[in-house]
Amino acid sequence: MTKIIEVTGVSKSYGGVIANKDISLSVKKGGITGLIGPNGSGKTTLFNSIVGYHPIDGGSIKFENNEISNMQVQEIARLGMLRTFQQTRIYGEMNCVENMLISLPHRKLTWRERFSSNTKVDYERADHLLEFVGLFEKRFLRSGSLSFGQQKLLEFAMALMNEPTVLLLDEPTAGINPTLINGLIDRLKRANTEFGITLFIIEHNMRVIMNMADTIYCLAHGEMLASGTPDEIQNDQNVVDAYLGAH
Amino acid sequence: MITQKPLFYAGLLALIFVLPFLFPAYGVQLAAMWLMIIVAMTWDMTGGQMGYNSLGNIFFYGTGMYVAALVFIGMSHDIGAYTDASGGGSFQFTDAQYFSGVFFGLIAAGLFCAVSAVVIGMLIFGLRGPYFAIGTLAVAIAAGELVSNWDWVGGGQGIALPIYPGDIDVGKKFFYFLFAGLGVTIFIFLKWLYTTRFGAAINAIRDDEEKAEAMGIHTMWYKLTTWAISAFFVGIAGGLSAFQLIHFEPLESAYQTINLGIFMVVCVLLGGKGTLWGPVIGAIAFHLFKEVTWAYLLGWQWVALGGLIVVTVVYFQDGFLGWVKQQKPEWFGVRVDNGSTENAGTAK
Ligand SMILES: Nc1ncnc2c1ncn2[C@@H]1O[C@H](COP(=O)(O)OP(=O)(O)O)[C@@H](O)[C@H]1O
Ligand SMILES: [Mg+2]
Repeated sequence: MTKIIEVTGVSKSYGGVIANKDISLSVKKGGITGLIGPNGSGKTTLFNSIVGYHPIDGGSIKFENNEISNMQVQEIARLGMLRTFQQTRIYGEMNCVENMLISLPHRKLTWRERFSSNTKVDYERADHLLEFVGLFEKRFLRSGSLSFGQQKLLEFAMALMNEPTVLLLDEPTAGINPTLINGLIDRLKRANTEFGITLFIIEHNMRVIMNMADTIYCLAHGEMLASGTPDEIQNDQNVVDAYLGAH
Repeated sequence: MITQKPLFYAGLLALIFVLPFLFPAYGVQLAAMWLMIIVAMTWDMTGGQMGYNSLGNIFFYGTGMYVAALVFIGMSHDIGAYTDASGGGSFQFTDAQYFSGVFFGLIAAGLFCAVSAVVIGMLIFGLRGPYFAIGTLAVAIAAGELVSNWDWVGGGQGIALPIYPGDIDVGKKFFYFLFAGLGVTIFIFLKWLYTTRFGAAINAIRDDEEKAEAMGIHTMWYKLTTWAISAFFVGIAGGLSAFQLIHFEPLESAYQTINLGIFMVVCVLLGGKGTLWGPVIGAIAFHLFKEVTWAYLLGWQWVALGGLIVVTVVYFQDGFLGWVKQQKPEWFGVRVDNGSTENAGTAK
């Protein structure tokens, strides 16, 4: 399979704190790649570097073979690479349907379409995806009034609405009611298989990521500790010590 | 409701039409009320709908005055010679020159202000919150100072324009209907704009600009376009004021930052930010309050006005419509969880 994201030797520090040191990894097109590591190991920082949220100190980041490390957040999003936030960001004053409609792929809209109303097809897609994540019943509620877990589901649905090629998810199951996690795993897998979206997932819950990813990278103290298949990672002594042992 | 709505708007239009005939003595005040409605509606485009509080929209009003006046004069005479003589002496305008001058002056004022908004916007839309507000205010203040020291455009004296050629009462109605026409046009335009994807996009920028960027929305384009449209209308309104006032000065009437520049913000806060009707209701209420206090509280009018602003900002931030929305959310299409949707989020 081809590599859709290629990170080579990326470093990033905040003042004295080295959050990422010489990180290299690649994400296969069409697959599900996992990124794990203890709290503070630099996972979110790496996501932020990839989507252009901050400039990196060194290294190279390629998306579909093009260097993107000097591009801005919006430009990268318009290439079809989207991210969700660990702290969940939705438009709290709007209801769920409005949140979905504003998430239409704006990169595909002509000027005329920007000045048009949403079409029936847009509404149907919004309803369909809200149903997909299980929020259909709540679609007319102010999204800010939803629980944290429901907001995460909404943010996921919004990302799907945008028709991305790659979706970077920062801890999608954090804060989700444990009884709903299996359903969410199922939906993530379906987003991958049915919609053909490449997934790159930061996950704290080992069981979840072992169950989904085909390749897993493990960070510790800002450095790449190990990489491989779920089986390899599970049996890697370094990972067991640094990550699993810490819990 | 369906049948009542067109009726309501038809009645409103009829009222707008007959007002200057019912109250012929108040023609100028009525036009001034329209001006207030126009600057409030256009201020709300960025302030209420997009979350960018500009204190410098008065820049477009003042600049609109100057551009309209200069184009008007320049079409018939030499501008430098005209301003040297303060519009006096032998500078005459035929009826045809007057009306075509007003027409092209207004168009030029709108276009010039729209382009200015794009240029200024590219420089200061990187600023957020209070920094944006202060940045825009600085532009308006600087422009006022610059123009007062520029003799070719009349310097501190300002510019005098010819009066309406013809009957004075007809002239008053002429300006009333131009203001009213502009106001109604803006209202209809915004009523439509806020239902489009464009309206949703600027609301998204207001609610969470970083999220909007992360979703690939062309935030800068939306910000510049919104401000340019707003500036276009304010520029025309400024031009209209120039022709109506006949004489204007740079600091007192054109770039009047502390009067109209602040009033437009107060109107919107009073009526309700980020709503279609809020700025209109706020502007009418504010204008009536101002006219009444000016007439009956001589010497205390500024105190009363200051009191109104303080009460609005401290106790009434969401304005009249915000208050109604809190009381009757269902009127605004807001639905509240009634507990029947407990199972949301479960797999189906
Ligand atoms: N904006 C920031 N400013 C300063 N330090 C930061 C910032 N973001 C993250 N850090 C630090 O960088 C390190 C990595 O953080 P982060 O990438 O959030 O880890 P993770 O997502 O793996 O929990 C931590 O030590 C954290 O305190
Ligand atoms: Mg994190």
